[in-house]
Amino acid sequence: MSRRLLSRHDIGFRLGTGLVALSLVLLVVFIGLELARQSQLSIAKFGLSFWVNDVWDPVSGEFGARPFIWGTLYSSILALALATPIALGIAIYLSELCPARLRQPLTFLTELLAAIPSIVYGLWGIFVLVPAVRALQTSMPDALRALPIFYGPPLGVGMLAAVLILAVMIIPFTSSVAREVLRAVPVAQREAAYALGATQWEAIRAALFYGRTGIIGAIMLGFGRALGETMAVTMVIGNNPQISLSLFAPQYTMAAVLANEFTEAADELYLDALIEVGLVLFVITLIVNVASRLLIWRMNRTVTARKPAPIVAAPVGDAA
Amino acid sequence: MKSDTARRLISRTITWLCAAAVLLALAPLALILFLVVTQGILSLNLDFFTHMPVPVGEPGGGMANAIVGTLMLIGMGALFAVPIGVISGIYAAEFSGSRMATAVQFAADTLNGVPSIVIGVFVYGIAVLPFKQFSAAAGGLALGVMMLPIITRTTEELLKLVPLSLREGALALGATRGWTTISVVLPAAAPGIITGIVLALARIAGETAPLLFTAFNNRFFSTRLDQPIASLTVQVFTYAISPYQEWHRQAWAGALVLVGLVLLCSVMARYATRRLERLQTGH
Repeated sequence: MSRRLLSRHDIGFRLGTGLVALSLVLLVVFIGLELARQSQLSIAKFGLSFWVNDVWDPVSGEFGARPFIWGTLYSSILALALATPIALGIAIYLSELCPARLRQPLTFLTELLAAIPSIVYGLWGIFVLVPAVRALQTSMPDALRALPIFYGPPLGVGMLAAVLILAVMIIPFTSSVAREVLRAVPVAQREAAYALGATQWEAIRAALFYGRTGIIGAIMLGFGRALGETMAVTMVIGNNPQISLSLFAPQYTMAAVLANEFTEAADELYLDALIEVGLVLFVITLIVNVASRLLIWRMNRTVTARKPAPIVAAPVGDAA
Repeated sequence: MKSDTARRLISRTITWLCAAAVLLALAPLALILFLVVTQGILSLNLDFFTHMPVPVGEPGGGMANAIVGTLMLIGMGALFAVPIGVISGIYAAEFSGSRMATAVQFAADTLNGVPSIVIGVFVYGIAVLPFKQFSAAAGGLALGVMMLPIITRTTEELLKLVPLSLREGALALGATRGWTTISVVLPAAAPGIITGIVLALARIAGETAPLLFTAFNNRFFSTRLDQPIASLTVQVFTYAISPYQEWHRQAWAGALVLVGLVLLCSVMARYATRRLERLQTGH
């Protein structure tokens, strides 16, 4: 409908709903500004050293966020490496291979993974996963346990437990977007591959390649989820601000330090430093999420832009 | 060039691996649900819903205050998020394609990606720090901010599903666009939107992180908006990290209630949306 056809009432309707909708945009901006304002003290005192300093000592008033940034990135990247192949496998199975009768129920079940509250994952983590990880570590041969990535006492809580739980938690997010992306890839892409003699996997690979922008977006969406996940990670990662490569070492994430220490922050500098951790987390997830959405949107646009073009057989011999 | 047999073998293997991936993801789901049900059922009884928490060492007790608290927090969140979310969704759907509508969709997606703990820090800054007081109202606001993007996107998507012919019919009868939306399109999409909102509320009821330093926790029964209030999730967290067996049992019971709530709403929503789809496609 052309804009000129809008009557005066319609302009009222548009303005009224538009103003409310605008509040959503302003809210996102406001969150960023407010976090920056509340962490003034810490930003002014530590500046950029906040990002690279290893020491987090509330007693002496020295705050560096590097162990938390490390813990967040390390756990999220490992979880992503673990979850991505599984999530893509699920997306491929559900959109390409699954018998039609099973598709709906299986989709529903995989998405239930996203419906289980984080706290329940954490509870399960404490009482099942952590003892399992401890058993795994004690049953490892000594030669392996001397390696830097398996080094440390058998506590159970630590990086590995966090990574496993994170991986399970982000699978439904990545797989549901990847499934939508695959569904949006025109059937003609696969048919073309089959016509050239491709096997089923080669045809699927062609579809994945066609949808690569969206697939990367889906993976990044999972990454964003992993970065911000709080409760389950807090309950199993061990909460120790140290930088270690070891999968069994107790570590700390940005979200976890907020959850644990926020209500204990006795002085203003401590509180401001914690809020700055929140700001850093906000900025990192914002970048990841915006990049991911842009990729997914670009994918959708290319697909919908190409869809309406009808396939018309070109008249033979017509000089174009 | 790989031989045909090798290519077929690779194809066969990978398709099997994809099926295995589904099973691999459903295994933890089954394990978690099994454990939550078997552990939770041991401590779940009428007392859980009607009694207050008791000190360590005393048997029995429940989470009556936390259940009331969670309901109140969700209610306050909905009071804040439903009107703004639905209206924003209407705007995003009706003026879809305009630059502003794209900005709203983008803001909703971005807000949805903001970690819940960061929302908690933000609300702490605007609603707890100025009054020097944890409060139920702050907790409700935090949950409201979490619900907002989900409600906006759900409303938008469901409005877009309403057949164009309905809209055209109303416009042909001389209704303005605003009137068409309010009197024809919105009622047609209403069942779906309500389902979506219920589902969003159920999911947000499972949030813990945004409540830790907004609503905080309360050992006592409270319905005051300017005081800290208990919630199921924070209570489960407190009990889970405690060293007491009796509290662990209570935590499992709380987890069962939370999971039951979300599952029940998900199943209901699925049933409702399937009926809607059938109505729309006429099958």
